[in-house]
Amino acid sequence: MEVKVKLFGDLREGRFKEEKTQLEENSCVIDIINKHNLPLEKVAICMVNSHVAEFGQVLQNQDTVAFSPPVGGM
Amino acid sequence: MKIFRVNMSNLSFVAEEVPEEWKVLGGRGLTSVIVAKEVDPTCHPLGNKNKLVFAPGLLTGTMAANAGRLSVGAKSPLTGGIKESNSGGTAAQRLAKLGVKALIIEEIPQGDKWYCLHVNKDGVEIKEETELLGKGNYEVIHTLTSRYGENTGVITIGQAGEYKMSAANISVKDPKGHIRSLGRGGLGAVMSSKRIKFITLDDNDGEGIKILDKEKFKKAASIFNKGLLSHPVSGNALPKYGTNVLINILNEAGGLPTKNFRMGQFDGAEKISGETMYDTIMSREGDPTHGCHVGCVIRCSQTYNDKDNKYLTSGFEYETIWGFGAGCTVDDLDVIAYIDQICDDIGIDTIETAGTMMVAMEAGILPWGDGNGILNLFKNEIKEGTPLGRILGNGADFTGKAFGVTRVPTVKRQSMPAYDPRSVKGIGVTYATTTMGADHTAGYSVTSNILNVGGHIDPLAKEGQIELSRNLQIATAAIDSAGLCIFTAFAILDSDPVSHALIAMINAQYGTNWSVDDWFNLGRQVLKTERAFNEAAGFTNKDDRLPEFFSEPVPPHNATWDFSGEELDQVHNF
Repeated sequence: MEVKVKLFGDLREGRFKEEKTQLEENSCVIDIINKHNLPLEKVAICMVNSHVAEFGQVLQNQDTVAFSPPVGGM
Repeated sequence: MKIFRVNMSNLSFVAEEVPEEWKVLGGRGLTSVIVAKEVDPTCHPLGNKNKLVFAPGLLTGTMAANAGRLSVGAKSPLTGGIKESNSGGTAAQRLAKLGVKALIIEEIPQGDKWYCLHVNKDGVEIKEETELLGKGNYEVIHTLTSRYGENTGVITIGQAGEYKMSAANISVKDPKGHIRSLGRGGLGAVMSSKRIKFITLDDNDGEGIKILDKEKFKKAASIFNKGLLSHPVSGNALPKYGTNVLINILNEAGGLPTKNFRMGQFDGAEKISGETMYDTIMSREGDPTHGCHVGCVIRCSQTYNDKDNKYLTSGFEYETIWGFGAGCTVDDLDVIAYIDQICDDIGIDTIETAGTMMVAMEAGILPWGDGNGILNLFKNEIKEGTPLGRILGNGADFTGKAFGVTRVPTVKRQSMPAYDPRSVKGIGVTYATTTMGADHTAGYSVTSNILNVGGHIDPLAKEGQIELSRNLQIATAAIDSAGLCIFTAFAILDSDPVSHALIAMINAQYGTNWSVDDWFNLGRQVLKTERAFNEAAGFTNKDDRLPEFFSEPVPPHNATWDFSGEELDQVHNF
């Protein structure tokens, strides 16, 4: 199956802003983290289809998965 | 320390002893207590009875990092309620080092002359001012820096303040000679009603900061300062990308208010994001990170240059970029930077006027997405004080009334900031219930709703949001009283050693024996004082509600605002 992966902040460095990636059926969020070597301690926010998600969430074909390092603002 | 009291009616100054009950108060805690005690809640905010109160925080001027915030309080001409606004810059530390616990400005002059104040070790000098009337804040700061030297602190109002617009802010010179803003609630109009164009501060030979147990303070400050630097948000994310790092995150979460809160996502988000801003700053030889006051270790400010690598603006914040960007569907970061620059110069709140421009677009004054049109309204109308400019300069609510627009994103007549309350429900609870009018900083529930700091509460569900907002409003009132930057809250919320170090610093400086509970009791007391003032000014629970158009669903989640009045009222049960 195919999912869209978005990266924010420092997670983009040496990687990409956004790309489509092929995964096996029943893959989870953590499989994307592993596939792109995202350092776990730098993944503070994860969203699947704009909903906050856990690393163990099972993905569906055409999902959009976004990862952000710790951020703050106001 | 002393209370400096200036009476503008007879142009007199007196230094008073600090009353016992004010000795362990500072910042917002002190401005709100003074306003509540000395200002008639029913008075006209621009009349003789209102007072303008400046106060450094409890820890300002010490070696505690990020403690250089200046609080200013008054009855707000925008909301009609009590107001505290705080900012970085160079003024708070100078007041603290002069031993000034609070500077209270009362009454208004007879006649039509304008004045300036000069604060130094001998007190406050009140002088007539003519040269800088009608000038923007940048020219005021440059002129006064030449006149008095680099080290002079400056507090000033621009043209918007002079016109007594309800969106007018008070500007403070920062360490680079640029501008920080006491942004919200129209405090610039109150300063103008006292006919004061600017205040300069010289802390030479001031009495300095008294700390009862210096060794204990030093140890606690070291833990506190290291804690800020080791927290991933205050130590890394904010220094690199500034506050604008939030554009992409809120857009992804469906909480970035777009086209006056019609959608929660903006097609142009990437073009105005923190990541794009960082790349632009670097490619134009700008400065991606510096502090807004001496002793800031978070350094979320930046210098944004134009295409010719010349200074354009600084302190270019998420709220501003969201408001004139996604809020008005403008996707050109340079145009937004020019708008930010002129807002700083004429001294007007970017959140209030962003909401105003959304309402102006609803009214058909200019088309959606017309960034240059916004810039022209600031240049040709607001700055010039034309009739249209005076309508816009009085804020979103006033503009909505003038043009018959009902889709006006305000609470207590103050414009809503950069998070949709339907898809980030915790911040909606804060918008509705804070004493300040719609204000994200008053209880930043985004932290647990979206950022996963201090736990996680589902932003789309109601559960837990009332308690979250209540607790954050209490904590924030205490942090604002210490003179601390609100970004210290990320580490304070996440780390017991940091929060304990904060209490230890207060105890070492003032000889108190506070526990963490006492600290939160300070926050509770500040909120109760402010709410009592608002009630006496005529506010009721019905003012703690969001505008009715928030019952419409907002994509992508099709979330609606679904809190009842009774549920919102629970925030005040403490």
